[in-house]
Amino acid sequence: MINRHLVQRLGFTLLGVISLIVVLPILFVIGNIVVRGIGAINWEFLTAMPRGGMKAGGIFPAIVGTLLLVLGTAVVAIPVGVGGAIYLAEYARDTFWTRILRLAIINLAGVPSVVYGLFGLGLFVLFLQFGTSVLAGSLTLAIMTLPVIISTAEEALRAVPGEFRLVSASLGGTRWQGIRSIVLPQALPGIITGIILGLLRAAGETAPILFTAAAFYLPRIPRSLLEPTMALPYHLYVISTQVPGMPPRIQYGTALVLLTIVLSMNAVAAIIRSYFRRRREW
Amino acid sequence: MGKPKRLSHPSHPRWGEFAIESTIRVLAFSSIGFVILIFFFLVREGFPIFWETSPENLFGTRWYPTFGLFGTLPLILGSFLVTVTAILIALPLGVATAVFVREVAPNWAREILKPMIEVLAGIPSVVLGFFGMTVVAPLVREVLGAPTGLTAFTGALILAYMALPTIISVAEDALDAVPKSYRDAGLAMGATQWQTIWRVVVPAARSGIVTAVMLGLGRAIGETMAVMMVTGNAARMPLTLDSLFRPVRTMTATIAAEMGEVAQGSVHYHALFGIGIILFVITFIINAMAAVTIFKKPRRGGLR
Repeated sequence: MINRHLVQRLGFTLLGVISLIVVLPILFVIGNIVVRGIGAINWEFLTAMPRGGMKAGGIFPAIVGTLLLVLGTAVVAIPVGVGGAIYLAEYARDTFWTRILRLAIINLAGVPSVVYGLFGLGLFVLFLQFGTSVLAGSLTLAIMTLPVIISTAEEALRAVPGEFRLVSASLGGTRWQGIRSIVLPQALPGIITGIILGLLRAAGETAPILFTAAAFYLPRIPRSLLEPTMALPYHLYVISTQVPGMPPRIQYGTALVLLTIVLSMNAVAAIIRSYFRRRREW
Repeated sequence: MGKPKRLSHPSHPRWGEFAIESTIRVLAFSSIGFVILIFFFLVREGFPIFWETSPENLFGTRWYPTFGLFGTLPLILGSFLVTVTAILIALPLGVATAVFVREVAPNWAREILKPMIEVLAGIPSVVLGFFGMTVVAPLVREVLGAPTGLTAFTGALILAYMALPTIISVAEDALDAVPKSYRDAGLAMGATQWQTIWRVVVPAARSGIVTAVMLGLGRAIGETMAVMMVTGNAARMPLTLDSLFRPVRTMTATIAAEMGEVAQGSVHYHALFGIGIILFVITFIINAMAAVTIFKKPRRGGLR
């Protein structure tokens, strides 16, 4: 019989090796893009319009476009998402309709990003006649972002102990007063984390804006919400598959800028979470 | 700990309170509205395809829109080939990593692994697709000696990594929900920690692991950009054994690649929305099945 403690030691080693197989490629992806993209990054690349069929110049309109889309997404998704989370965590009882609501949110989270694109095209671009625009793209991304915000914010609200609500009620506060002045402030770090996670997903998505907002080549800043815009993820797709003879330096530079934006949002979310978790008094 | 009951203040009816509660309720239930709207607009734009072409054409084996051939079968099979292969790769990696993180890893290793997996979840799909095109595809071509590295397998490889964060975090939650007393009982019987993990803890977390796989599957089948960039996009029936190492085309990639070029209201346009309906229904079913296991309360016997 094989020594079972030896088996355990070998098994644990194997699990460690598999975890390395999972993690190392992530480091390699990031390292590869940083090393090959860093040379492209300079002031002109970040602040100039693209020139010469996008093979020279900068990616300024794509950066601004992505920021505009994220901003538009935030304006819609934050109130609706946080409101939904407050309802689910503080008001909802376990009824038939609440269950349907939860099923709807789970399914919103599962709808493929390209199907969101189709939906945005059908509703916002064509039916409501917003055209291919920042507005149509933001609304599409906002609906896609909702389930992320709702589920993380609900979790944050539920983590606040019930006694806090009881104390508020015992002092004569109404339910909403308790939520607004006691529960929400306590849950705020968790809610903000959820919002950032949702928005970083919106910043990186390409498929939902393909037919709702993205312009192939538009070397200026959109003048109104009803104009199309360039956006970083779509721009990376375009210059890596649609434009022959693209200099790799620009491709990697664009990928690096996108990756930096998304990963720094990720880092901010992680820092907020761990900072407030340590400071929490309950 | 129950929630406090609504306090009544008969002396002054609180209209403000009522208005706020109603607003919050409307905001919440708008989510149901969005699901209905998504389905409605997919059907509105996609349903005409069912009387514009014959069912034989629609479920045929040839997708050549310029010749009026809208056979969705190669696209559906393409999606399934890539997705199922991705899950077959991701499942063992994901469960092993979840077990390592939850049961085995020392604290310092956990502190490194968990943020790394979160970072992976945050990398945009178009960036992974770009990496797949520039690094993974040439590698696959060299290893296989194939004419192109843009194959179903390349797509499955990238997709597996995209599904990993979902699988790992849900599987970890499932392991977390297994009561500590189960582990103690296993160890008290004289089993090693290794035996306890695989004979007691993982089987007890089975339903959660199934949920993890379902959610990973749902995520993988809907993935668009990365798949479109690395699978080569040839709409052929993946029926032979070597299909995995040949170009393939998925439903999502077809929509993304062709929607920009079709005239609104054309048969081709309706067909692309039709594929959207198929995708929506498939992911709806997968997620509803995953949801059923989430709604079931986990068994919590004894102390944790």
